[in-house]
Order: sequence, then structure tokens, then C-alpha cells
Amino acid sequence: MVTQIHPLIKPANDLTREPLLRVEDLKAYFFMDEGIVRAVDGVSFDVMPGKVVGIVGESGCGKSVTMKAILQILEAGAKIVNGKVTLRSRIHHGDPNSAEELIELTHLHPNSRQMRRIRGAEIALIPQEPMAAFSPVHTVGNQIMETILLHQDVSKKEARQIAIDVFRAVGISMPEQRIDSYSWQLSGGLRQRAIIAMALSCNPRLLIADEPTTAIDVTTQAQILKLLRKLQEERQTSIIFITHDLGVIAQMADEVVVMYLGMVMEKGSAMKIFKDAQHPYTQALLRSIPSVQSHPRVKLPTIAGSIAHPFNRPKGCPFHPRCTHFMRGVCDASQPHLVEVDEDHFVSCFLYSEADGTKKMTKTGAALAKEESL
Amino acid sequence: MLRYILQRLILIPILLIIFSIMVFALVQAPPGDFLTSYIATLASTGSSLNQETIAMLEHQFGLDQPVHIQYLRWMQNLLRGDLGLSLEYQLPNAELINDRLGLTLILALFAFVFTWVMAIPIGIYSATHRNTILDYLVTVVNYTGVAIPNFMLALILMWFAYSQFGLSVTGLFSRDFEQAPWSIAKGIDLLKHIWLPMIVIGLAGTARLTRVMRANLLDELNKPYIVSGRARGLSEWQLVMKYPVRLAINPLVSTIGWYLPELFSGSLIVATVMNLQNIGPLLLRSLINQDMYLAGAILMIYCFLAIIGTLISDILLAWLDPRIRMEKA
Ligand SMILES: Nc1ncnc2c1ncn2[C@@H]1O[C@H](COP(=O)(O)OP(=O)(O)O)[C@@H](O)[C@H]1O
Ligand code: SF4
Ligand SMILES: [Mg+2]
Repeated sequence: MVTQIHPLIKPANDLTREPLLRVEDLKAYFFMDEGIVRAVDGVSFDVMPGKVVGIVGESGCGKSVTMKAILQILEAGAKIVNGKVTLRSRIHHGDPNSAEELIELTHLHPNSRQMRRIRGAEIALIPQEPMAAFSPVHTVGNQIMETILLHQDVSKKEARQIAIDVFRAVGISMPEQRIDSYSWQLSGGLRQRAIIAMALSCNPRLLIADEPTTAIDVTTQAQILKLLRKLQEERQTSIIFITHDLGVIAQMADEVVVMYLGMVMEKGSAMKIFKDAQHPYTQALLRSIPSVQSHPRVKLPTIAGSIAHPFNRPKGCPFHPRCTHFMRGVCDASQPHLVEVDEDHFVSCFLYSEADGTKKMTKTGAALAKEESL
Repeated sequence: MLRYILQRLILIPILLIIFSIMVFALVQAPPGDFLTSYIATLASTGSSLNQETIAMLEHQFGLDQPVHIQYLRWMQNLLRGDLGLSLEYQLPNAELINDRLGLTLILALFAFVFTWVMAIPIGIYSATHRNTILDYLVTVVNYTGVAIPNFMLALILMWFAYSQFGLSVTGLFSRDFEQAPWSIAKGIDLLKHIWLPMIVIGLAGTARLTRVMRANLLDELNKPYIVSGRARGLSEWQLVMKYPVRLAINPLVSTIGWYLPELFSGSLIVATVMNLQNIGPLLLRSLINQDMYLAGAILMIYCFLAIIGTLISDILLAWLDPRIRMEKA
């Protein structure tokens, strides 16, 4: 067989040290009659194989839109205007021993066959509203089998068996019967598991879980998180775990990306973010999560002010109207750039960088921010 | 499901009784009765009936009885399957209706199929190509279609066909075939004529249904299960056809109930204008002449159709939508 080398695809040599997914300076805007919403405005991060990346930020800060942009399933009216998304993809989707290639997803047409083959088979999504993610007039089994038949060369009967197996794998009892139920016949927890089963049915290597536990009670939430962690370890699936709850991130993530108004404020290993947060926004988020010791009734400090309206984003640092370290003439004059403050730890704030984007040499800013936050 | 249908079936006789009272009250409502208007007609042409004949006729048709007795007699006959005699034609109503029922049904069926075959694809196109030029065009045509009374449309189209192509498009048959017995040639002749009344009668419904389809589909296209399907790698075509279209059709099905009888009665003025030999003109004439048993019989058939139509759409809906099916199991 002649190997055809696609211009967008690097030959499949040693890719083992490449990230599974690399997002570079991704920008996705909504073009509306009222104006442009810069929902995602320069987001970069890597997902290493077998790792969990947590993306955290208040609601409306562009987490879901980032994921839709990666999968190229943005709504009509939204466009990727800049950036590069590179996937280390298996040539034979779903086959764990397949050779790999690097594909620039941003160069594929959203409706192209190649892009569609990647969705569901290489990258799967657990959508934000799992309760409504199933069609109410088709059985859950029907929808899972549809995905399997789409991506794998199997018969209907085999697809059903795969669906039953994956139902069992996510801890659904009586999978043979449950597969034929409608989503609204299942309890919240079961529906959640069914959604996870659907996402896992084609053995994707990257799972995007968009606030998968927002709508369910605390006990079920804990079970679902445990299940995801277990499946992740067993299958070595990478996960992008999205939430507005840093407490959940603490239980799940290896790496953390903190977003605000479509931009990355801080990113680094979970250890660094939780023990040594540098950005005023991250520090504020950390102060607002309930700690294990604190009395549940104690009112938590919330971040002062509210998230800006998407149409009039503040000039300069997006967080400046709410920031306690705001420096007039600096923070509202230009946008800070991400600088590496420590190994594998990046911050976008003028406490750590100069206006020209270089790192501040003195550590006084960081020290100051930390002292005040204590 | 079976219980659900049975419940509906039990309701039918009760509804029919209620409707029969309303229908009878309606056809009985205008001042005078058939005989007074008949006598008036005769008088205007100079002739008259003698008192004895009048009394005889009054007695024969029960017009000398109080209203409630008239109703009860009428009901009694209806229950025996006897639709009564037409006062005007002096023929059994069943025969008069039967003669025209076939053509009425054929025309209604054509108009119905036309409506659905046009409305669903156009609605889908409009919704999936929202705010394109064609979508705007469809919207404009729809508004026009809903706004123009269909007899007006009939007149315009007839005038257009006649002035542009010299076609006379009234009636459902050419003159040669009008009285001929049924044959393949007559069937073909019917097909040559039926398209215009089909369009005229079906157009308002098509416009309305297209709008319903477009709106339903636009609703569905924003649902999270669409994002979920797209994220699983379905193509846009697969996605739209399998999920939202399927869900958007459900509300359309529930319109069958009122649409069926409307196709029968809605063609009343059109049929008169276009000289169609269906039930419409018969009803109109019977109402004008106060031929109350004929009018009553036709109206009862409409009511029956409305009930059956609703039953059909309920059953279809339950069959299509598991949420309804299981809830009513
Ligand atoms: N369909 C849409 N049309 C217009 N703006 C949108 C749409 N979806 C999201 N946005 C805007 O994009 C921004 C980010 O939204 P999103 O990614 O959903 O936030 P979250 O971080 O809560 O997931 C929000 O400010 C929202 O106003
Ligand atoms: S750049 Fe200025 S406003 Fe923004 S977070 Fe840093 S200190 Fe606060
Ligand atoms: Mg979201």
C-alpha cells in the first residue's frame, strides 16, 4: 500500500512525547446583530495522554464554547477566528494498537468526513445538559448503537452487545433491559451513567466532560466522579473536565486551567494551583470553595462584582474591575500575557509580567498578592 | 395503549349525541322551514300549493310536530342508519350524499397528500436554511397562502389558466366524461382536472403546516440532543432527519383531527366556484333551501369525521411518541 502523506499530517514516527491534544491561541467569536461576542479569546493548553485536565471558571467564561470549537460543532453564527488545534489521532480509530498521526483539526472542514470520524471515535463529549442529551423518542440503546455503527465495522447485533457491555462497565445493573429504555424512564444517576456509556462506546482517547455533575445530587455526584476516575485509570483515557467548581477539580484533575472571559488566567499542575495559586482570580476562586473543615452553614466569601457583559468586555486585564490588586494605568491599559512563573506554571497578570509581555524579574508582586490573600 | 383507545371509543357515542343536538338546533334555527320557503318560491313563479297538499307534506316530514319530537324522530332514524329524505330532491339523503362522497373523498385525499408532501420538506428546508433568500421567499408565500381566501385563489387561477392557456379548468371532468360510467379513461380525465382544485383547497393548509413545521423544527434544532448527536459524529443530514424532524412531526399529526373535516367543508365555496361535483355545493344548497334533513345528515357526517380524525391523530401520536404511549398505557 502506498502511504499518502497528507500535508496536514505528520508522518507517524515518534509521537509518544507529543500531547494528545494541543490547543494554541484559540479564538472563537459569535457574530451577532448586536455585536461580536469574544467568547473564546486566545486559549492555549495541552492534554497529555492519560491525564485529566480541569478547566475551571465562572459560568459564561467560555468553557463550553472552547470545547465546541475543538470539536468544530459551534452554533451557526460562531466562528473560529484564530488558533490551532492539533490532535494525536489513531489512524484506525478505536484500535488501541493503531499507528498515530498528527491532525490539525482547525484545518478540517467542520462537516468533513474526517472531522466527523474523529468526533465520537477519538474525542467524545459528555454534554453539559446530560438530561436532555438523549432524544426523548428514541431508546438510549438506539442512540448508543447508532454511534457504534457509525464508527465501527460491526453488525447490529454486535453493536447491541457492545452497548450492553459498556452499560455494564459504567455500573448499570440489568443492562440488557435498561438498554431498551427511554432516557426519561431512567433516574438522574442512571441517565448520567448512560451518557458516559454513550461517550465511551467507541473507545475514544479523549473524553470531554462538560459540567457532568452539575444537575445531580451530591451523593450521585460523588459516585459519578468516582466512576469517571476509575474508568479513566482502567482505560487510560485523557479527560478534559469542565466545571465551575474548584472543589470538584481538586478530586479529578492532574492539570488545571483557570479561565476568565474567554482567556486563560492561570494554568499549571493541580498541585501548583491548589497550593501556590498566583493569579488574583484563582486566589479569589479558592477562597470561595467550602473547605472540608469549614462549617457548611458558614457564608463563603464570594468574588466581589459580577462577570462583565460579553459585549463590553473591560479593556486591559479582563479581571481588573473586580481585582483587589488593580493597578491604575497598568491593568486597564493593556492585556497581560501568560508568563511561566515556575516550572509548568503560567500566570497572566501584571503582578508577574511587564507590559511588553516579559516576565517580571522581581518576585515582589507575587509575594505581595499571596500575603494579602492569606 | 389498548385501554387508551377503548377510552376514546367510549367517548364517541356521547360526543355524537351532543353534536347531533347542536346540528339539529342549527339547521332548525332559521325562521320558517322548507315548506314556507318552498311556497314562497312557488308563489314568486305564480303557482301555489293547496292547503291539503301542504298539510300532507307537513305531516309526512313531521314539520307539524314540536321541535323536540322532530329531533327525537330524526335521531331514531339516524340510529337505524336512515338519513331521511331530502325535502327538495324527494330522494333519500343517503343516495344524494353517496353519489358525491366518492369524489369528495378523492379530492380531500389529494389535497391532504399535497399538503403534507409539500409542507414537510419545505418546512425542513426553511428551518435548516434559516434566513436565506429561499427561506424568506417561503415565508412570504406562506403568509399570502394563509391570507388569501381560497375561493379567491380559485378565481385567480381559473382566470389565469383561461387567459394564458385557453384552458377551462372548472369541474372535475371534461364534458364527455361527466355522465360516463367509471373507466380508466375517466380516471385519467379526473387526474387531468383534479390538480387545480387540489392546489386551491390544499394551499392554505400547506402554508399553515409549513409554518408549524418550520417553527417546531427550529425549536428542536436548539435542543441539547442535537449538540450531543453532532459531537458523536453524525452528519447534519443524518442528525436532522433522525431526531428533530421526527419530533417536529408529532405536533403536525395532532392537526389531522381538525384538518380532515376542514378538507370536506373548506371546499364548500371553492367547489361552488369551480363547479366541483362534491359534497360542498350540496350542503350549500341544502342550507339555502332549508332542506334541513339533508343539511343535518351532511353536518353529522362532518362531525363524525372530526371525531374520527381526532381519534386517528391521537392514536398516531401515541404510536409515534413513546412519552404519550407509555403514560397512557
Ligand atoms: N449560542 C450563543 N450565541 C451567542 N453567544 C453565546 C452563545 N453561546 C455562548 N455564548 C456566549 O459565549 C460566552 C461563553 O459561553 P459558554 O462557553 O457557554 O460559557 P461556560 O463557561 O459557562 O460554558 C458567554 O458569554 C455567552 O454569552
Ligand atoms: S493584571 Fe491587574 S487587574 Fe488583572 S489580575 Fe493582575 S493585578 Fe488584577
Ligand atoms: Mg458551559
